[in-house]
Amino acid sequence: MSKPRVATVWLDGCSGCHMSLIDMDERLLDIFERADLVYGPLVDFKEFPENVDVCLVEGAVSSEDDLHKIKLVRERTKTLVSFGDCAVTSNVPGMRNPIGVAPLLDRAYLENVTLNPQIPSDVVPKLLPTSTPVHRVVKVDVFLPGCPPSADLIYTLLDDLLAGRVPDVTGARFGR
Amino acid sequence: MTTVFTLQIDGRDVAGSEGQTVMEVAEENGIDIPGLCHLEGIHDRGACRLCMVEIAGTPKLAAACMTTIVEGMDVTAHSERLLEYRRAITEMMFVERNHVCAVCVANNHCELQDMAADLELTHFDLPRISPKVDIDASHRLFAIDHNRCILCLRCVRVCDEIEGAHTWDVMNRGLDTRVQTDMGIPWGDSTTCTSCGKCVQVCPTGALFEKGRAVASGSKRQRPFLPWLKVVKEERGQ
Repeated sequence: MSKPRVATVWLDGCSGCHMSLIDMDERLLDIFERADLVYGPLVDFKEFPENVDVCLVEGAVSSEDDLHKIKLVRERTKTLVSFGDCAVTSNVPGMRNPIGVAPLLDRAYLENVTLNPQIPSDVVPKLLPTSTPVHRVVKVDVFLPGCPPSADLIYTLLDDLLAGRVPDVTGARFGR
Repeated sequence: MTTVFTLQIDGRDVAGSEGQTVMEVAEENGIDIPGLCHLEGIHDRGACRLCMVEIAGTPKLAAACMTTIVEGMDVTAHSERLLEYRRAITEMMFVERNHVCAVCVANNHCELQDMAADLELTHFDLPRISPKVDIDASHRLFAIDHNRCILCLRCVRVCDEIEGAHTWDVMNRGLDTRVQTDMGIPWGDSTTCTSCGKCVQVCPTGALFEKGRAVASGSKRQRPFLPWLKVVKEERGQ
């Protein structure tokens, strides 16, 4: 039997949740003895693959690219984990929501700029009107709040999911 | 002589004096009823509704901090139904304004954050309102970030009842409700504020904080002064 396929995705977040994932240290060996890491910023695969068993999604859904990615992830993933406060509540990326996209971009790219002020439109994906938690866009199976969630919690979660148990996220909390 | 009443809370036989609230009797008996506006040393207000309990024989829920005990009362402080309500109330507090624990001065020292953890809230089903809310940093020592205010009104009560200044009060209604200094003027221009900082110490969240504090460094370590001040005040006959 082939190993369960685990993926991680980095949307609008600071990558701190992925840092915390790496913080599992030698327990990473235990996890990836039992599972294959098939996609994510920690490995070099270009396309989000089919038939993913568990996907940890870090970050809020803030741009058209995030939206496209998360829909694809949902389609191809059995158990989608909303991983960390940005994915769960939109957290820091969501702080722009009361401001609005236009005033936000004006402030960042026009008002405070002296050299060639312009709002980027090529290459970078367009921002959505608001930055939203993942579960407002697609169905989420497991929530793991925390900024970031501790390595212990991430290990427990993956350990439980790989063993086919309902993950125990006792102790998880917003912020840290 | 004080009349003693006996009653039950969560099936336990407990006793209290006439005039005590369900909350006080529960506290004395080590029964934890959650609350964010209740604070020993200032009068109760029933603002947060988290301490709602079931009382046998009445169909309505009652706020434990606002309900005085009577003989033979049968109180349920913990049930599935109450847990569901408490989660919903906490969730509504989070989505009503802009609570961002990760970058809040009160991170790890916040009663709202603790409440969410205690109730095992892992996410919010309700959408966030994301209102545009002001911060008043005009005071020399302190600031108020209305983004984090849950309208528990501890600041209003401590300023009035303990400090006797009544700088804080409440303005507007509904979602626009705000605590205000004097008649809605900037805090720094207040002529009644004594800069004592009690409001900052009693604030359950990061709404009121000392200036110069970084993220997660706004602990409220001076708080035990409150009940003591109340005793002093009573002894002076004020």
